[in-house]
Amino acid sequence: MNDQVTISPTTLSIHLTINGRDHALEIEPRVTLLDALRDRLHLTGTKKGCDQGQCGACTVHVDGERVLACLTLAAQVEGRSITTVEGLANEDGTLHAVQAAFLEQDAFQCGYCTPGQIMSAVACIREGHAGSDDEIREYMAGNLCRCGAYPNIVAAVRQAAKELSA
Amino acid sequence: MRDFAYVRADSVEAARNAAALPGAMLLAGGTTLVDLAKCGVAEPATVIDISHIDGLNAIDVSADRAVFGALAKMSHVADNPQVKSLFPAVSEALWQAASAQLRNMATIGGNLMQRTRCPYFRDPANFPACNKRAPGSGCSAIGGVTRGHAVLGISEACIATYPGDLAVALVAFGAEVDLGERKLKVEDFFLAPGATAEREHDIRPGEVITAIEIPGSAVARRSTYVKVRDRQSYEFAAASAAVGLELEADRRTVHDIRVALGGVATKPWRVRAVEEALKGKPLDEDTVRKASELAMEGAVDHGANHYKIALAPRVIARAILKLGETA
Repeated sequence: MNDQVTISPTTLSIHLTINGRDHALEIEPRVTLLDALRDRLHLTGTKKGCDQGQCGACTVHVDGERVLACLTLAAQVEGRSITTVEGLANEDGTLHAVQAAFLEQDAFQCGYCTPGQIMSAVACIREGHAGSDDEIREYMAGNLCRCGAYPNIVAAVRQAAKELSA
Repeated sequence: MRDFAYVRADSVEAARNAAALPGAMLLAGGTTLVDLAKCGVAEPATVIDISHIDGLNAIDVSADRAVFGALAKMSHVADNPQVKSLFPAVSEALWQAASAQLRNMATIGGNLMQRTRCPYFRDPANFPACNKRAPGSGCSAIGGVTRGHAVLGISEACIATYPGDLAVALVAFGAEVDLGERKLKVEDFFLAPGATAEREHDIRPGEVITAIEIPGSAVARRSTYVKVRDRQSYEFAAASAAVGLELEADRRTVHDIRVALGGVATKPWRVRAVEEALKGKPLDEDTVRKASELAMEGAVDHGANHYKIALAPRVIARAILKLGETA
């Protein structure tokens, strides 16, 4: 290819499907899904913790699988189906079984990691990786809780997994 | 993060053409590239998004061989029932790597391109000297905090540890990486730093990884990946071992064995000295532990990483003895 060819950074026009709704965005290519959700679409349920893929606070679902929004470019997930914590409860406000279990088990203290924990737990159960407490710990390891609410988080995932398989 | 141009490739051919542009970098799962762009380590002029290319994510496994498309996700390969039964060390290396979220993002091809976690490499603002980032600038790790650094395959230019798990299993079982025009052994694809620490892979501008192939074998079928780390999950290896074992009909004499190390070397590290020492020998603990020590021939520490020289042979021995117990 010709060495003279250069492509300059420009603004991209993209469409994202989030919680079943279409959103049109004008963004720089470097904008992450996390920043697009929080700063452009004001869906602030998804949290920015470390912003470098180490804490899990920004966990969302893309095509039904849990991923980190901080290491995902918004442009990359055009055409995919994105679910955030705002899209988990029913339209009538009924909580998802995992959300209800987190409340019942008191599975948080400050609550900052909780949306990420919940999104991760929903996927963990769906994947079939919540069969025992050890398996829950292993497959929830990507979500850090600085308050240390882990025993209650494991209890909440265990409870929700049981309810969802019933 | 510096801004860049974004191009979506819809075919391998388009990706190859775009990858030849100056300053172009390929984006698959993004777990390395986006991370390093945020650190200021990667400064692509153009990001070529290959994640939308159709047909590159197939997982095709038989007793003869496993072929993973470059865009197959780590999680999907780890959970594949045939991979679990025919190549257990590969599945184990994958599910013990990173977190569930990262394994849903990261691809098999991108996994091979993962960069070191050397904290000096990842921090250009505070540590301008790094031969990997800026050839000839020096190595900030040598004389620095070295607890996680390599003891094998190092040079005066670089002691950065290769951080991955999958490739350790791949080199143990003779896997190949498919670059389209050529195929090469994964073991040869990774380069020790020598005097050119900036070159970590034998890949040329315009080349794109399309698949990884692992030949099926008795040693791959009876294999395991043992990973020892500072915390039980979601952590890089302090030392790890991929081991495959085939016993004679007497069920105690080693017919064939493969051993590779992670977490202690500058690249995925096959240890043939251990393999040769054990072939034809009885699989008893004393023999295994003595042979495992041979893995550390030529090891050089830089103080705080001295423990790896004691740890790695024990990890190898644990993996071999674990496989022996299943005889």
